[in-house]
Amino acid sequence: MDLTLHVWRQKSRDDAGAFATYKAAGISADASFLEMLDIVNEGLIENGQEAIHFEHDCREGICGSCGMMINGVAHGPIGGTATCQLHMRHFKDGDEIWIEPWRARAFPIIKDLIVDRSPLDKIIQAGGFISVNTGSAPEANSVPIAKMVVETSMDAAACIECGACVAQCPNGAAQLFTAAKVAHLGLLPQGQPERYDRVLNMVTVMEEYFGSCTMFRECEAVCPKDISTDFIARMNRDYIAARFKNRKAAGE
Amino acid sequence: MDLDSKIPPGPLEKKWAYAKAHYKLVNPANKRKYDVIVVGAGLAGASAAATMGELGYNVKCFVYHDSPRRAHSIAAQGGINAAKNYQNDGDSVYRLFYDTIKGGDYRSREGNVHRLAELSVDIIDQAVAQGVPFAREYGGLLENRSFGGVQVSRTFYARGQTGQQLLLGAFQALERQIALGTVRMFPRYEMLDVVIVDGQAKGIITRNLVTGAIEGHAGDAVVLATGGYVNVFYLSTNAKASNATAIWRAYKRGAYFANPCYTQIHPTCIPQSGDYQSKLTLMSESLRNDGRIWVPKQEGDKRNPKDIPEGERDYYLERKYPSFGNLAPRDIASRAAKEVCDEGKGIGPSGRGVYLDFADAINRLGRKTIEERYGNLFEMYHDITAEDPYEAPMRIYPAPHYAMGGLWVDYNLMSTVPGLYVAGEANFSDHGANRLGASALMQGLADGYFVVPVTIGDYLAGQLGKKVSADRPEFQQTKDEVAARVKRLLGANGTRSVDSFHKELGAIMWEYCGMARSAEGLQKAIGLIRDLRAQYWKNVRVLGNGDEPNQALEKAGRVADFFELAELMCVDALQRNESAGGHFRVEYQTPDGEAKRNDDEFLYVSAWEYRGDDAQPALHKEPLEYEEVKLATRSYK
Repeated sequence: MDLTLHVWRQKSRDDAGAFATYKAAGISADASFLEMLDIVNEGLIENGQEAIHFEHDCREGICGSCGMMINGVAHGPIGGTATCQLHMRHFKDGDEIWIEPWRARAFPIIKDLIVDRSPLDKIIQAGGFISVNTGSAPEANSVPIAKMVVETSMDAAACIECGACVAQCPNGAAQLFTAAKVAHLGLLPQGQPERYDRVLNMVTVMEEYFGSCTMFRECEAVCPKDISTDFIARMNRDYIAARFKNRKAAGE
Repeated sequence: MDLDSKIPPGPLEKKWAYAKAHYKLVNPANKRKYDVIVVGAGLAGASAAATMGELGYNVKCFVYHDSPRRAHSIAAQGGINAAKNYQNDGDSVYRLFYDTIKGGDYRSREGNVHRLAELSVDIIDQAVAQGVPFAREYGGLLENRSFGGVQVSRTFYARGQTGQQLLLGAFQALERQIALGTVRMFPRYEMLDVVIVDGQAKGIITRNLVTGAIEGHAGDAVVLATGGYVNVFYLSTNAKASNATAIWRAYKRGAYFANPCYTQIHPTCIPQSGDYQSKLTLMSESLRNDGRIWVPKQEGDKRNPKDIPEGERDYYLERKYPSFGNLAPRDIASRAAKEVCDEGKGIGPSGRGVYLDFADAINRLGRKTIEERYGNLFEMYHDITAEDPYEAPMRIYPAPHYAMGGLWVDYNLMSTVPGLYVAGEANFSDHGANRLGASALMQGLADGYFVVPVTIGDYLAGQLGKKVSADRPEFQQTKDEVAARVKRLLGANGTRSVDSFHKELGAIMWEYCGMARSAEGLQKAIGLIRDLRAQYWKNVRVLGNGDEPNQALEKAGRVADFFELAELMCVDALQRNESAGGHFRVEYQTPDGEAKRNDDEFLYVSAWEYRGDDAQPALHKEPLEYEEVKLATRSYK
């Protein structure tokens, strides 16, 4: 199939940037979206133009490196899919495709479609872990965990930190990302000792960098791992409990 | 130099305890006086950096990704082995040790492998305490499944995302140390050289991938945890950026490279669909627990698989290896797939494919159980091929997946350069000539959590007061050499893209140094690689500048190193006149087509010493001594 691409090109963070239009000709329906860009890039190099810069690595939808706005939608038209797992069979001959980097104040552009997502790691640093030094762990089967609990925890832990939730949110909020980590750890017995400190610390840092959540639920619609906004409700509940409870008296 | 593997004395099961009891220690108040550089933050790197931070060392961790959580360990699917014997099916540390030695076709060190098996149980404890959501039974206890090459169920898993969850455990431990200030993270930094001062590794040279700045970083020791090199084949299951540059640069500074020809071709990957293909996607080996592999008995049978009756199907693994069946080890399953395709029985548009069929399992267990076990893998297969594996069998074919070879290390995981440690897939230590499924995660985490943080103290204890600064001339000189190389790539001003060269190199390697190798083919490959490499330096086109983000430049440096490594792989494969594990020389096979080892002449680790770009590397041999296990012909029949 033959396509027309409008791609955001921006040399550096301070450059103004603009759309450039390219043809993608003879693309196989079985090629992935990123392979389509590879083909366009080979053509650009041949013409002496610098390739379109975009982040990507595993191309299996798990590393979370890739991500771009495709016709205004993070990761493109197919739900539950990262950009690298989007295939060209979902487009048709003659389509025009607008390709932009993640759009969020917290994610400044580095070059073309590459943005700086480091504030997400800052949220993890604030408490997205269970404090257990190597060597001090008890026998793995000493604490049984109900299957349903571990499955729900795993649903949240599936987050790949791609940033699509932030990019799609009209407020540029990172609630879904933060809530997923709060739930992954807070649901497990091992995560209980730090449960309330964790949510307070992570939410505080989140609010330093990101916008506020008003439950548009756009994040859930574009999440490549189908992470549910139920986890945001759960995080809010834990957060309120952490703020109001007399945790010292309750022994938490 | 004589290779001293430093295997501790005493009986096998007491060696690690002996070593730990005799290592020199660094006192807790002194640990913060040491700077340790860790390159890479996959399972081995992140766990090593986090653990050394917990111990009190001053750690600097470098990754080329934007976040340490992107490392390719994240893509590991099926699971991690541990000798917990929760299933009461006769497992033990000894059996995991034995299976790994046998699976590696008797080409690994007994001492290292036994330590790995001992540590496997601690890894599971650690991961569970960190919040890794491993699969559980209804009673709340941990569940296991089977993997290839073994007859017990010892594999722990988190859906088809075990690597992701284990990496997130290590990543979270690392982020905790970053917040505590014991680890300083350098994201978007690529290591381009090691700095040697008075014969010891004392730092690295990096390129900042945003500003292009080339900088020196000094440390008291350097740990490379930079993964494997099978992207030398261009098409592999590795992530696009996975590369050999860090270990290759270390090789050129004096670290020996061990067993470069031992590469693993994984039997179950989605076949290539066109020449635009940028990588191959693995379908976890765990699928072979329930999937049955077959091809039509009749050559060129192009019927819909559903229309081919049972009697006209060849379940060739079940036929050839009745006791292991579809769970035969990877090297054997891959070669068997190639063999049936060479006979013209391959399926799919290219004829290079075999079926992995779940129809029986779905009938027996129901679709829901299969969904629970493999749901995300089935979805991924569907996304990529537009075929529904619940309805029609998967099409699969072998693809390069893992490098058993890597930098030579002693028992303490130190390379031949004092102060330079190598962990995870980047070293050669534990898997011999073939790695068993679910053992890579085990090794990466054993090295990172439990081995390097302990053994490095033995070296650092002797380095007190010997700190060097990055102002030394050795740093400036290495930096100048790195800068000159970058300039040369940018200045080649040729006509061909980096990728076009990489694809051509990959095709040569797949043809002559892939699943089947011959002396004649390898000699031919060496000539082809040299010619292509000469063309590369003259005719590669790298646009853009060095002082900005430049993905073409990043790739160009990595591919330049792949050319040199490719040649060494062929040289190593050529000298090893036997077949062992993933290294199959067509001249050396049994009458029924199995690998034929030659223990009299090749019971050694080949360790290559760099002697100049135009000189032949020198081969050093580390003899393998088997005290516990009897050498035998590997049989899975």
